[in-house]
Amino acid sequence: MSKIPFVTKPFGPDAVLLEWPKKVDTDILMDILGFREYLLKKHLLEPGWELIPVYHSLTLINRMKEVNVAELIGVLPKWYAQRKGKRSPRTRHWVLPVCYDTEFAPDLEEVSERLGMAPEELIEAHTAQPYRVYGIGFLPGFLYLGGIPERLKLTRRDEPRLHVAAGSVGLAGEQTGIYPQTSPGGWHIIGSCPVPLFVPEKNPPCVVAPGDQIRFRAISRAEYDLHKIEGEIGIYKYKRGQSRAEN
Amino acid sequence: MLKINNPGFYTSIQDLGRFGYRHLGVPVSGALHLKAFKRANALLENDPNDAALEITMTGPDLEFTEPTIMVLCGAPLEASMDGVTLEMNQVYQVPAGALFKSGHVREGLRTYLAIKGGLKSELKLGSRSQFYPITLSGTVKKNSLIPYDPYADFSPKLLKISPSKSFGDKALIAYPGPEYEYLEEKHLNELFNKDFKISKNHNRMACQLEPTLPAHTIRMITSATLPGTVQITPSGRLIILLRDGQTTGGYPRILQLDGDSLDRVGQKQFGDIVCFEKIKQP
Repeated sequence: MSKIPFVTKPFGPDAVLLEWPKKVDTDILMDILGFREYLLKKHLLEPGWELIPVYHSLTLINRMKEVNVAELIGVLPKWYAQRKGKRSPRTRHWVLPVCYDTEFAPDLEEVSERLGMAPEELIEAHTAQPYRVYGIGFLPGFLYLGGIPERLKLTRRDEPRLHVAAGSVGLAGEQTGIYPQTSPGGWHIIGSCPVPLFVPEKNPPCVVAPGDQIRFRAISRAEYDLHKIEGEIGIYKYKRGQSRAEN
Repeated sequence: MLKINNPGFYTSIQDLGRFGYRHLGVPVSGALHLKAFKRANALLENDPNDAALEITMTGPDLEFTEPTIMVLCGAPLEASMDGVTLEMNQVYQVPAGALFKSGHVREGLRTYLAIKGGLKSELKLGSRSQFYPITLSGTVKKNSLIPYDPYADFSPKLLKISPSKSFGDKALIAYPGPEYEYLEEKHLNELFNKDFKISKNHNRMACQLEPTLPAHTIRMITSATLPGTVQITPSGRLIILLRDGQTTGGYPRILQLDGDSLDRVGQKQFGDIVCFEKIKQP
């Protein structure tokens, strides 16, 4: 039997938690997503199962029936070992427009200064590489993105803002991301994405899925206005990028 | 239609919840005191998932434009229909044009007003539970109209049941959470031997407790959270996540409440006392 890379823990009386090594790592994420797909296809076929992947963990819960936590913990490593030809799940690559104009970026100048670069260099650095979606949570459609270059890492704002507008692109610590709804927030705001990532009228409501990659593309104010309207009336076409070649 | 003449303090439409979208960050929502909600639907011989009003602390004033059958379950509420005082857990015929008025809850926090066939409000991602921004609003608004199917003839098998008192208990049954093992002796001593007060920071998402436990330096990578997860912030504050709570979090998950205890938390208000009763994982 091959080595099982995760530990299983009960998560209260109704759920089970699987934890891979405590790292933010693409291979770990792909293994989690692949196992998730396999479980939903081969073993957890009854309705009601929800499998929640975030960073290095997968949580299993079923709302329709009582979960026998001990039994599930016993059988999960066996299922993992039985999984053949561990193919990575299919992930997609998205290019999201971001307007970095001062109007949407109250912290751009201060952040550039703290990082020792010109605002143009910061925009260049922020759009230079794809980011991996390690999970979706906190708010509906909020993406946990990994892959921030060293030179963009900085601490959060000392005082969180009570009101960060929907679409705001934030930077803090090892994280960058888009606020899907207007909410309080402690990240530095450096731009705005005009198109919604989460539309509750659609199924699936979130265009992006865990495992996908996101790349930001700097756009002008005019293009921002256009995409904003396209997004509001639901005709914006989300742009796909090249997936593998760019990594 | 059900017309909202006055929405009350915080009245929302809830069903059993919104499932299947937690991996996209969508909280499950649903009635906070599930047992009372289910009892209301059972008395009306409804589908268990039929939507009802969840009333918080101070109730709404309503007008029923069509005949229906209604029942109130959960926290005892001062309420009347066309001037006649209403009892809890009792099924009533509602004539077209009836006016429902309500005041404060006498005990607990949340009351369910269910009608025959349920409220037919907007269905979003498989649920009618109000949660902004999945639904247009998180609560019912003054003068809004909520559709329902009229019912004139219905003879319930049970007219009234005796109210349950279970939500008065302060003890919450708690299983060790995923990060429980990292707690130190000084945390454990206080966690299971102290009473905690519900702070004024409590809503459908989460409920903060007072006083705090000692600060800690446990670090973790963001992971899933569930309704009933008890988190501890770096400064030692305990937070119980409820049904509108976020689906992921970065604070250590030290305890996990069972369903009945989560229901009980849903009936606690500012100043109420709770304590944790540790249970070993079966």
